[in-house]
Amino acid sequence: MLENFLTLGWIMIKVVIIIVSLLLTAAYLSLAERKIVGFMQDRVGPNRVGPLGLMQPIADGLKLLFKEIIMPSRANQYLFIVAPILAIGPALAAWAVIPFQPEWVLADINVGLLYLLSMTSLSVYGIIIAGWASNSKYAFLGALRSAAQMVSYEIAMGFSVVGVVMAAGTLNLSDIIAAQSGGIHHWYWLPLLPLFVVYWISAVAETNRLPFDVSEGESEIVAGFHVEYSGIAFALFFLAEYANMTLVSALATIMFLGGWLSPFQGIPFLDQYLSWIPGIVWFMLKVSFFLFLFLWFRATFPRYRYDQIMRLGWKIFIPLTLIWIVVLAVMIKIGVGPWFS
Amino acid sequence: MKIEQVVFYIFSLLAILSASMVIFSKNSVKSALFLILTFFATAGIWMLLEAEFLALTLILVYVGAVMVLFLFVIMMLDVDIASLREGFTRYLPFGLGVAALLIIGLAYAVGGEKFGLNVITPLSIQPKVASNIVALGTVLFTRFLYPFELAGVLLLTAIVAAISLTFRSRSQRIAFIASKQIETRKEDRIKLVQFEIGKKNL
Repeated sequence: MLENFLTLGWIMIKVVIIIVSLLLTAAYLSLAERKIVGFMQDRVGPNRVGPLGLMQPIADGLKLLFKEIIMPSRANQYLFIVAPILAIGPALAAWAVIPFQPEWVLADINVGLLYLLSMTSLSVYGIIIAGWASNSKYAFLGALRSAAQMVSYEIAMGFSVVGVVMAAGTLNLSDIIAAQSGGIHHWYWLPLLPLFVVYWISAVAETNRLPFDVSEGESEIVAGFHVEYSGIAFALFFLAEYANMTLVSALATIMFLGGWLSPFQGIPFLDQYLSWIPGIVWFMLKVSFFLFLFLWFRATFPRYRYDQIMRLGWKIFIPLTLIWIVVLAVMIKIGVGPWFS
Repeated sequence: MKIEQVVFYIFSLLAILSASMVIFSKNSVKSALFLILTFFATAGIWMLLEAEFLALTLILVYVGAVMVLFLFVIMMLDVDIASLREGFTRYLPFGLGVAALLIIGLAYAVGGEKFGLNVITPLSIQPKVASNIVALGTVLFTRFLYPFELAGVLLLTAIVAAISLTFRSRSQRIAFIASKQIETRKEDRIKLVQFEIGKKNL
């Protein structure tokens, strides 16, 4: 009995470590976003709070924590409060199966990828319920747009994940990474290049980030689904968005860029020299690369028109992924290259 | 009591409670949300059966996609609760009759003598398979290939039917031709006119 409680306590400690570091990542990602986008637009960005503005996220968090949560009149009280919780819950729960380096995973389950996919598909509920419970037409419009967009892009995303599963022959995330070992050209970004591109664009659309952020669309519908939220309730939506960005980046790293694997694997000298670097460093560097892409997109692209978003998702991505799955099946059957032989 | 039993009773209680709240809730959006909770509880029970693939597929497909579209539609309806409650007492005996029939049928089909503990071998005794998905895939593509393909064809028919019901030809709807939009140049849309100052132009 005591052993059971000890195991449970150890799991709880691991959960706390993951969640705290994840929330810190989300907080500092917002600072990085403001700094990087500022740099790209020839501005300085926040630099007043603490050295180089490094305490800015803490200050923002404290400010939001102490602000009043304003309840709109005739809003649905329960659902209005539940919505931010539903937004952040799946975004945190999904991290249970992410392997950070060999053996560093909370739950090493056989259906890890499916679990991740179902958790990301749940993140839409926070947005829909927030939009409906606010009793505001802007919030509702944002929620409807977001629901349609996320359901559409989930299909393309699911198909690109199917490609990875076919290539690796397993749904276990650690095994998927292990199947890519052997150097940078063994990673799945190369044989699954179309699926990689489709996955990444769908991931940007799934997280409602620019250029697909029609659910917020501040120039059309004020701030979309979270227009009525203030204080910590708003902060939860904010954190959920950044946690989701980190999640899809981690997933892209695991599926296409070899997770914790060193990029110098298989190269003489360099491989031995750099073997002391723990896998989690490579993992975090790769995730940071994808996170940087998010910010880069934001500073570069104008917002998509709504009908063009739908056209891209349904008429281009879905046929493309379906065709590449057939091509992939042929490649696996005849054992092409270093990947499937 | 073993911990599995505790988890089972929590999930089954949650499933029954949320399923009844689907019917008793006054707000149709809340009903839909309770239905989602029911799916979750069911997925939990399946997880206990070590059917993790089915459990996660239930969440992925029904909670992640189907119920989103349900909510999508329900939220746009303007349902008057009072008019919905009107015929309650009149239809009550009929409803109770249908419910009783359903319960008897269910008890007959999936009752204790067919699905009891002494009929089905507990999981710990069954031979261990490598993974749930491998086992499911093997069975689907060998023993149940024809039913599986038949289900696929059935779904395809449903898709074709749904699309043909809502299909409107290009002349009947507003359709953008994306390639034309992309190929449009500035010269096609804008005419630059040189104005002379001080004179009456146009």
